[in-house]
Amino acid sequence: MTATAGRRLPAFDIATFFRRNSRRIIAPVVALFIALVIWQIFSSVTQSLPGPIQVIQETWDPWIICPFFVGDESFGLNGLQGGDVGLGWQTIASLIRVAIGYSLASIIGIIVGVIIGISPLLYQAVDPMFQVLRTVPPLAWLPIALAIFKDSGPAGIFIIFVTAIWPIIYNTAVGVQQMPQDYKNVAKVLRLSGKEYFFSILLPSIVPYMFTGLKLGIGLAWLAIVAAEMLRGDTGIGFYIWNAYNSGALSEVILALVYIGLVGFMLDKLVGFAATLVSSDK
Amino acid sequence: MQTLTSPKATSQTHQDSFLVIENVTKSYPTPNGPYVVLDGINLTVSEGEFVCVIGHSGCGKTTLLDTVSGFRKPTSGEVRVQGKRITRPGPDRMVVFQNYALLPWKTAFENVYIAVNAVYPEKSRQEKTEIVREHLAMVGLEEAMHKKPGQLSGGMKQRVSIARALSIYPQVLILDEPFGALDAITREELQEELLQIWSKHRVTVMMITHDIDEALFLADRIVMMTNGPHAKIGEIMEIPFPRPRNRTQIMEDPQYYTLRNHALDFLFSRYALAH
Repeated sequence: MTATAGRRLPAFDIATFFRRNSRRIIAPVVALFIALVIWQIFSSVTQSLPGPIQVIQETWDPWIICPFFVGDESFGLNGLQGGDVGLGWQTIASLIRVAIGYSLASIIGIIVGVIIGISPLLYQAVDPMFQVLRTVPPLAWLPIALAIFKDSGPAGIFIIFVTAIWPIIYNTAVGVQQMPQDYKNVAKVLRLSGKEYFFSILLPSIVPYMFTGLKLGIGLAWLAIVAAEMLRGDTGIGFYIWNAYNSGALSEVILALVYIGLVGFMLDKLVGFAATLVSSDK
Repeated sequence: MQTLTSPKATSQTHQDSFLVIENVTKSYPTPNGPYVVLDGINLTVSEGEFVCVIGHSGCGKTTLLDTVSGFRKPTSGEVRVQGKRITRPGPDRMVVFQNYALLPWKTAFENVYIAVNAVYPEKSRQEKTEIVREHLAMVGLEEAMHKKPGQLSGGMKQRVSIARALSIYPQVLILDEPFGALDAITREELQEELLQIWSKHRVTVMMITHDIDEALFLADRIVMMTNGPHAKIGEIMEIPFPRPRNRTQIMEDPQYYTLRNHALDFLFSRYALAH
């Protein structure tokens, strides 16, 4: 339809966009509406949970309309120090932990994955150990992490790290093992240097596998941080949930769940988007 | 095509044993004793010669060429290029792989550049770029230079692979059924291009093919292998057509059918596949 075939669309036309994607937009909206109705009926029948209308009423001010408020005047505008602050701040606090732990897990996971992918001996040596460690639930690491770091901040980061690293290691290793023989033959016949081989052949060829691992990793990391903050923390969205629950504010808990879901979804899309940037085969 | 000179007239005289395959045997151990793929292959190729290897599938043609490229070591015997024994792959014996072996994340240009860069690290970026352009132009890919393999047709991919192979000026060019996956018209085009390039580059060529007509059109000699296991060289056929060759001309030559029938007889009567 557009004259510049294969290039960027000339201009974003909202009307055309809606006409083309009407089904993809309307169907989810209808499904969401039905789900909300069921929830409303469920809560008015059982009286155990606030329904969607009540949740919005109770959290509208300040939680929904002002995600970045800071309750304690003495902190100024920085809400990262905890206390009575908006959900935006709590989410940022959690995301910072995830960013640190996940970055470490990515770097070390990819390096370890490449190494055990290249060396069958090393793979066989560490595989049983990794298989056992990888099934340990994130929260079971918490006492260990607290014993090592004596502080809930780094302990949270450690839990992210130890949760996210396994799929990254294994998918990277599989990528290396599955590398087509043709690529290796090209490298051999050209006698590529180790550096050239790594950056021009090995790394690009494992990118799709690597990103499968990175995507699984970010999902797990986000799951783990919320749980870790609920058990032991003074900031973060997990802490917020636990705090709200203890003060009987179920509506706030539900709002936080929505936050967690949306942020997790966006993290997943973000990693997926990074993958399309890196692996542009076509 | 019109202005070619025969490279054979000058080259064959001063390097008669450019590439020597001597008593090459290749066997693999199995629980029931060694499985012998190649059994005592002897072949001498002169510099600048174009040799085609034909034989039935599984007769060890690829194994034989792998001992020349260095991807496989012979169990006994040896392969020498200019008197030097081959122990591992190297850019002096560049391979055009059966399925192109291009890196899909690199453009045609980059696929050739990586080879030039590996073999001539001392040259400037500009010189290397020039070499790459020249060779892509030679195979008619100037326009598609910045496309990735996914956007290229099979014929174009094989052209990139040939450009990559020739850009590093190998002494021996090894082609393993390079045109097998292409349609008939593209195949004929590429055969003609390959002949032109070969006569300019004066490279020694060893090529596997299944296609007798292709071998007759391209080769100075056709090496016909017996069936495996224990494959040997059954016969070597000299192809006397003068160069530059013209497909229609040689097909009108009465010798063409004599040679063709001889090869067919070898493959389908004397060494027919047992069924």
